[in-house]
Amino acid sequence: MSEAEKYYEKGILPRATGEIPVPSDAPEICVKMTGVNKWYGQFHVLRDINLEVCTGERIVICGPSGSGKSTMIRCLNRLEEHQEGTTIVNGTVLDDDIKHIDEIRREVGMVFQHFNLFPHLTVLQNLTLAPIWVRKTAKREAEETAMHYLSRVKIPEQADKYPGQLSGGQQQRVAIARALCMKPKIMLFDEPTSALDPEMIKEVLDVMIELAQEGMTMLCVTHEMGFARTVANRVIFMDAGQIVEQNEPEEFFNNPQNERTKLFLSQILSH
Amino acid sequence: MSEFTPIPAREPPASSVGVVGWLRTHLFSSWFNGALTVLILWSLLLIVPPSLQWLLGDASWSGGRSDDCKTDFVSPEDGETYRVDAPGACWTFTKVRFMQIMFGLYFAANPSEVWRPVLMFSLFGGLITPLLIPKFRWKWQLGMFTLLVFPFIAVALVHGEWLGLPVAETNEWGGFMLTFFLAAGGIVLALPIGVVMALGRRSELPIIRSLCVFYIELWRAAPLITILFMASNLLPLFFPSGVDFDKVVRALIAITMFQSAYTAEAIRGGLQAIPKGQDEAASALGMGYWRKTGFITLPQAMKISIPGIVNTFIELFKDTTLVGIIGLHDFLGSAQIAARSPEWKGYDFEAYVYVALIFFMCCFAMSKYSQHLERKLDTGHKER
Repeated sequence: MSEAEKYYEKGILPRATGEIPVPSDAPEICVKMTGVNKWYGQFHVLRDINLEVCTGERIVICGPSGSGKSTMIRCLNRLEEHQEGTTIVNGTVLDDDIKHIDEIRREVGMVFQHFNLFPHLTVLQNLTLAPIWVRKTAKREAEETAMHYLSRVKIPEQADKYPGQLSGGQQQRVAIARALCMKPKIMLFDEPTSALDPEMIKEVLDVMIELAQEGMTMLCVTHEMGFARTVANRVIFMDAGQIVEQNEPEEFFNNPQNERTKLFLSQILSH
Repeated sequence: MSEFTPIPAREPPASSVGVVGWLRTHLFSSWFNGALTVLILWSLLLIVPPSLQWLLGDASWSGGRSDDCKTDFVSPEDGETYRVDAPGACWTFTKVRFMQIMFGLYFAANPSEVWRPVLMFSLFGGLITPLLIPKFRWKWQLGMFTLLVFPFIAVALVHGEWLGLPVAETNEWGGFMLTFFLAAGGIVLALPIGVVMALGRRSELPIIRSLCVFYIELWRAAPLITILFMASNLLPLFFPSGVDFDKVVRALIAITMFQSAYTAEAIRGGLQAIPKGQDEAASALGMGYWRKTGFITLPQAMKISIPGIVNTFIELFKDTTLVGIIGLHDFLGSAQIAARSPEWKGYDFEAYVYVALIFFMCCFAMSKYSQHLERKLDTGHKER
C-alpha cells in the first residue's frame, strides 16, 4: 500500500471523488502525440506513442522504472527531443523552431522530482523571475501573483526565505507555485512526491488535488496509486517505452486487461 | 494511550567542553599529537622572540643615512672603534627609499608629483572600504564605478597627460604602484574574458567551443615568463618599424591573456557543478540561453568558483614580479634596486622582508575577503 493510500484509509487525506469536474462533453484536445519514437543512442526509449489529452483531463502515468514515462512527459516541453512522430501541444506543433518551443514552454508548467528550485534566489524571486523576464509582467503584479499562489500552497510566510531553509514538502509546494505563476494551461508532474519524506507527501498531494479540483489539465508521473484512484480520470500504464494499457481508474485497478499490467499492480499493491 | 515525552536535554560532560576539553581534543588527543604540540611550541619559542627582536626591538628607525643603522664596536684586538651593522633591522633604509619602492623612479626623482600616486591609492582605498560595509546601500553602483571609471582616473592621475600634468612615462613607472596596475588591470580585464571563455567552452556550437578550448589551452600551456618574454621581445618584430606600443601595456595584455585562461577554468569548474535540473527548471519556465545563463547558472557558478578565482588572483598578484624579466621595475625589482644603490648596499634582507610583508598583507586581505564573500553568498542550500 502506498503512503498516500494509508492516509486515505485512515481518513487523514480526504478522497476527492465527486468534487472533481468531469471534462466537458465536447472535449478540446490540448496534447496530441502521434507515432512518437525516441532513442537514446541505440536505446529505443519511446516506441510508437499515441496519446491524446483533452483540456481538463487528469492523467496519471505509471510503470516500472526505465519504462519511459518521464521521458514521455519531458518530450511535451522539449526537455527531451523526439526523433520521429508529431507532437502538438495547445495547437502548436513541437519542432526545432525555437519560437514554437518557447510558445509551448510558456503554456506548460513542470514540477520535478527534485524540485529544482533556484537555491541562490529567495522563494519570492523564484516565483517572479520567469513571469517578469519571460511573460514581461510588471514586478508589482508578478509579486502579487506570487503571493497569491504561495497562499494557495499555504506557505506565504516563507516568501523571503531561501529554498535551502525549507523542508522538502515546502520546497515542492514552492515549485508547484512557481510553475503556476506562469499561468500554464497544462501541468506536468514528474514523480513529484518520490523524493519526499513520508510525512511530507500528503501536503504536496493536497495541493495537487486542489489543482485538479479547479480543472487544471494534469499529466502526472507518480506511484501514488491512491492519488491515481481519486484524482485521475485516466491511468496510463507504460512499459518498455510503450503505452501498454490505459483506462479509467476503477477499471484500470479492478479489471486490468494486460498481463504485464496485472503483474505490475500486484507488485505495487501487495505489500 | 501513553503520551510521548522526550528525555530532557543535559549538559555535555565537563571533560569535553571548556579549556580542558579544547586542549584535550585539539592539542593532546594522543601521545604523538602531544609530543608534536610540545615540539612545535618549543620551535616557536626558539624562532619567534629573536625574529621579533630583529624586526622591532633592535631595529633602527631614525635618521636618513646608512650610518644611522650602524653602531660603535670596540675591537678587543686593537682597541680601535669601528662602525659595524647594528644587530637589528635597518628600517631607515626602507623609510628613505620608500618613494622609490612604492611608486618607482619617476616619483622618487620628482617628489613634488608624489601626490598623484598617493591620491590614486587613497581614492582606491576610499572606494573599496564602503564595499566591505555590509549595510552600504550603493554597493552595486560603487562597485561598477570602481570597475569601469576608476581605472581611467587612476591612469590619468599617474600618467598625467590627460590632466595636463607633467607626464610620467610608463617606462618610468615602478614599485608597488606598477605591481598594483598590472595585477588589478589583469584581474579586472581577465574576469569578463574568463567568463566568456568558460561559457564558450561549454557551448553546444562546435566552432565556438573549439575556439575557446584552443584559447584556454594555448595560454595555459605556456609559462607566464615565456608569454611575457614573447610580448616584450618577439611581438615588436611582427609590427612595422616605428610602431611600438607601450611596454607596460604589452605586459598587461600578456598577463590578461594568461590570467583569463585560468579564470575561465575556475569558472568552468563552477558551471559543471551546477546540477542539470537547474537548467531544466529554467528551460521549463520558458527561459532562453541568455536568461538561463544570466539568472540561474552563472550566478551560482560564480559563487562556487570564488575560492578558485581568488586563488588565481593571488597567484597573479605574486606572479607580476616576473615582469622584472622584461625590464620593468615592479615592487620587488624596485626594492632590489634600492638595496643595490651604493649608499644602501647590503640591506637586501630588509628589502626582501619588507616586500614579503606587504605582499602577505595584500594576499591575506584578498583571501579573507573571499572567505567573507563565500559566507555572505551562502544561502544555505543543501545541494541538490
